[in-house]
Formats: sequence, structure tokens, C-alpha cells
Amino acid sequence: MTTLRDPLHAQLAGKKLTHGKLPRFTPIGLLVLSVAIVSGLLALFDVFSVPLAVVLGVVLFAVAIMALSGAVEGSRSARDRLATTVMYSAFGLAVVPLVSLLWTVLRYGLDRFNGYFLTYTMRGVFGGMDAGGVYHAIVGTLEITLFATVISVPIGLLTAIYLVEYGPTRLGRGITFFVDVMTGIPSIVAGLFAYALFALFLGPGVRMGVVGSVALAVLMIPVVVRASEEMLKLVPNELREAAYALGVPKWLTIVKVVLRTSVAGLVTGVMLAIARVIGETAPLLITVGVIDSANFNLFDGRMMTLPVFVFRQYSQGLAPNGITTINYDRAWAAALTLIIIVMLLNLIARLISRLFAPKTGR
Amino acid sequence: MAKRLDIKDLNIYYSDFLAVEGVSMAVEPRAVTALIGPSGCGKSTVIRSMNRMHEVIPGARISGRITLDGEDLYGTSVDPVQVRRNIGMVFQRPNPFPTMSIHANVIAGMRLNNRRMSKKTADEIVESSLRGANLWNEVKDRLNKPGSSLSGGQQQRLCIARAIAVQPDVLLMDEPCSALDPISTLAIEDLIGELKKDYTIVIVTHNMQQAARVSDQTAFFNLAGVGQPGKLIEMDATEKIFSNPGQKATEDYISGRFG
Repeated sequence: MTTLRDPLHAQLAGKKLTHGKLPRFTPIGLLVLSVAIVSGLLALFDVFSVPLAVVLGVVLFAVAIMALSGAVEGSRSARDRLATTVMYSAFGLAVVPLVSLLWTVLRYGLDRFNGYFLTYTMRGVFGGMDAGGVYHAIVGTLEITLFATVISVPIGLLTAIYLVEYGPTRLGRGITFFVDVMTGIPSIVAGLFAYALFALFLGPGVRMGVVGSVALAVLMIPVVVRASEEMLKLVPNELREAAYALGVPKWLTIVKVVLRTSVAGLVTGVMLAIARVIGETAPLLITVGVIDSANFNLFDGRMMTLPVFVFRQYSQGLAPNGITTINYDRAWAAALTLIIIVMLLNLIARLISRLFAPKTGR
Repeated sequence: MAKRLDIKDLNIYYSDFLAVEGVSMAVEPRAVTALIGPSGCGKSTVIRSMNRMHEVIPGARISGRITLDGEDLYGTSVDPVQVRRNIGMVFQRPNPFPTMSIHANVIAGMRLNNRRMSKKTADEIVESSLRGANLWNEVKDRLNKPGSSLSGGQQQRLCIARAIAVQPDVLLMDEPCSALDPISTLAIEDLIGELKKDYTIVIVTHNMQQAARVSDQTAFFNLAGVGQPGKLIEMDATEKIFSNPGQKATEDYISGRFG
């Protein structure tokens, strides 16, 4: 055994098992101190601002905690502290825009967001009238998105099943390539495609809900394929073999074992795809147009959708009389409505996933 | 139930690679046949070809004949799904369906095939299969709990119950105990001893004591080297293989002087 004791091992053997440890509240205390010091300095030079104080404070904190930890706990802990600081900072950076966005939408949108706003249309509303709502836009958004889902989920799911269960053939690789290409299609191009497709049959200038659904489906399909493919790949091969060994045909294995096992993930994937397209504006503006009253028929005439409503209201600018900011207020409230719808859909998807998830525990 | 399997001049290929060459053997009914040999010698490949499971792997094919009581399993009009209904299989790692309860797992063979049956029949099949797999007493009070809530050994016995619930003619076991502790292994070995009264059993094992304990016939497989096809070296009564094998390679392997 002694021959194994090369210098490295000797060095390792000499190391102590214990080292100093900073008290638990050191990081948070140091952070507060750093920000306070930076704020004080900035105030001294009369250039104080909150973002600047926080950013410089965090930088100072990172240096300070590394130095302190290096002195007390050793260099490995110091690097650990630095990495922790970097990760928390990155997390903070990612969250700040999100919180800020939600806060802004809530602040501007809550004013007009009420039962009246949700249940009335814009029919007969003009100028700065204290009236009008998004009922017609909610109807349009829900119908168009639902129909887009109805189109794209079967196509996307069956494609994913083909790719995963029927193997890496030349055709499969081709499909994967084109799905990847489709993921990158600009939404306006999808809108033009759907418009051109329907214009071929129904003549130029055609505008109806179903054209918008087709445009959205073009955007949704690649997302559904990609998400479902990943979920189906997660199903262990042993389960497929278990079913085959019981004399279950392949198609029943796919339907009753593979899909059943992955349904929670599939629902999540579909929800992500819906969230991806429900806020699309440009393709709907081209294909569905705008209208002031409710239209429930996807196959006849223009419809309003929430993103287009937001765009339209905002682009109208200040009203000449009455409540001059009414258009902006409606835009924010409609944006809030859209966010709430997406959140509700996500919540429903969570519940469905939980209901169908494979059960564990005793 | 319990039919005999005859294998004649079996070659198994993965695409162009010849994995197993020239296997001829007879699997007797109501007996346990053990397949032993080093890793990569094709034991699992052979056992998987016995119920056409190896076809699940793209590019896998065989030449030669495998017959079940004289009926060619690879005949042109034979449906592999039907073959697997008659020749059940238990895998190395226990694989109960995670979305199903213990009860549903046992009757999965019927339910997944959309076969309708009354609740009473279903309960009877569940009870008799679980009794057959020595698991009834442990799970009778929690049949509606998920199958994955059981311990590894119990899960494996659940998989055996699931396999015998469809009343196959032959039961194939591909290293059924290699993921289990000695106590669970013992439970499975006892179970194999009981099951052989009704079934033809083929078991692949790396554990030579296990082969000696549970089997009546033993087949030793070996391969000449990496990239070479696996071959059946010899097959005989288990006692003879372990006391007085005909081939030097067999003796070297079972006495640990391998390689």
C-alpha cells in the first residue's frame, strides 16, 4: 500500500477534516451591509438610484463574501459562496422583468377590469365614452385558440407517436428536420400562409375565425410535436416490453400504456403550446380582422381576439373627448384578461396532470 | 397448458451481426430449463427469440425453427402477438405498470387487450394469480394501491402473477432475481419450484447456485471472443452439468476457472 502514497495522496492525507465556518446569518447581513454602504456612497456623491445601489451592492457583496469566506472557511468554500451569489443574482435578474411586467399590467389594468368590462362588447362605443368591454374578444380568443388546438393536437401527437414508436427511419429524420424548421417560422408568415390558403378557395379578402385557427395551428404543431416527443421518449422501454410480453398488440400498447403513462406530460406540453399561440397578434390581424361586436361563428365573418383588441385600442391613442385615456385603459385591462386566461389554463392543466400522473407511495 | 419447445439450428441476427449461432435444444414441459453462460453469450437473445420478443428490436431476425408442441412459431401465418399470449415472459427488472393498481396490474393482460369480464371473474383471476405467485397474503388488503408501492421482490412476484394470469403454455424468465436481495430471491425460487407443476419454465441466470437449485435441465452457452457469435456448448440434466460436465469449457465456467 505504501507505494500508492505518491505526493498527491500524502498531501490529501495531511488535510484536516474540519475548517472554520461563518455564522448562518453572515451572507444576508453582509448583503444588507454592502447595499447600505453603496447607497451611502452614492448619496454622498448625489447620484443615488435604487437599481444602481442594488447592482453595485451585490458586486461589493460578492467580493466581500469571497474574501471573508476565503479567510475563514478556505478557498473551496469561497468559490462555493461565489457560485451561490452568481446563481441567486441570475435568478433575480430573470425574475425582475417578470414581476415588473405583472405589476405594470395589474397597476394599469385593474382600473377597468370588472364584471362590466368582461361582459360587454365595443358595439356602439366611440370617442371617450365610459363604456365598452372585451366580451367579444374573449369569445374570439377562446374559440379560435380552441379550434387551433383541435387541429394541432391530433396532428402533433400522431407525428410524435410516429417519431418515437415507429423509429428513426429516413422519413422520421426528415419529419424531425421540418418540424425544427417550422418552429422558427415567424408568426406573420403563418398568418399569410393561412390567408393565402383560404383566399385560393374563397377569393381574396376572406376573413373569418377558422383562418386564424389554421394560422395558429401552423405555429402550434411543431411545439406539440417537440413536447410530446420528449414526453413519449421518457416512457421506459420496459413498460412497452411488459405489454408486448402479455400479448398486447403494438397499437394497444401505445394507446393504453405509452399514452396513459405520459398523459400528464402531454397535457403540460399542449398547454405550453396553447400559451405560445394565445397571445399571437400579427397572424390574427391579417386573417381574422377586427370587429366591435360579438361573433360566435368561426366560419363566418370577422372576429375580435384579445391581443388584437389590445393592439387596436392602444393604436387609437388618446380620445378627443370624455375620458381621454380610455383606449389605453381598455388595452391594459384586456392584457390583464389575457394573462388571467393563460394562468387559468395552466392551473387546469396542473390539476389534470396531477390527476393522471403515475402513482407512487405506499 | 405446459407445452414443449423445440429449437433447431437457430441463428439469431441483429441486422448483419450474427449474435447466436447453431442452437438446437429441447425444452421439456413441466420442468425448469436454465440457461447459463458469461455475459454477451446470447442467453437473453435466445430466450427472447422463444416468444418473438427480440423482434421488437429493429433489425433483429432469426433463421432456423422454434416449435411449440410441433407448431412452428415463425411460420408465415403466425401472429407474434398470439405467440406472446401463449408464451409469457418475466424480465430482469420488475416492471409493473406505474399507472395501475396492484389489482389492475394482475389483469393487465386482459384489460389491455380490451377483453371484457365481470368484476367477479376479474377478482377470481386476481386472487388465483396472486396466490400462484405467493403474493396474495402480502397484498390482499391493499389491492387498490399502486403496483409501484411494493418492494422490489414483491414487484417481481407481481410481474409473475401478471404473466401467469393469462395462463400461458410456457413461462420465460430473463434473470428474474438479479435485481433482488437473497430473501426475495428465495421467495422467487420457491415459486419457480411450484410453478413447474403447471408450466414449462425457461430461466436465464448468472447465478450458478440458482441454476443448480431450481432447474432440471441446464444449457451452457459460451462465445469464442468479442464479436463472435454465442453458441450452445452443451445441454444436459442439471445434476450432470454441475457434477460431471461433458465439455472442458463448461467445467471451467461452473468451477470459476473462466477465461
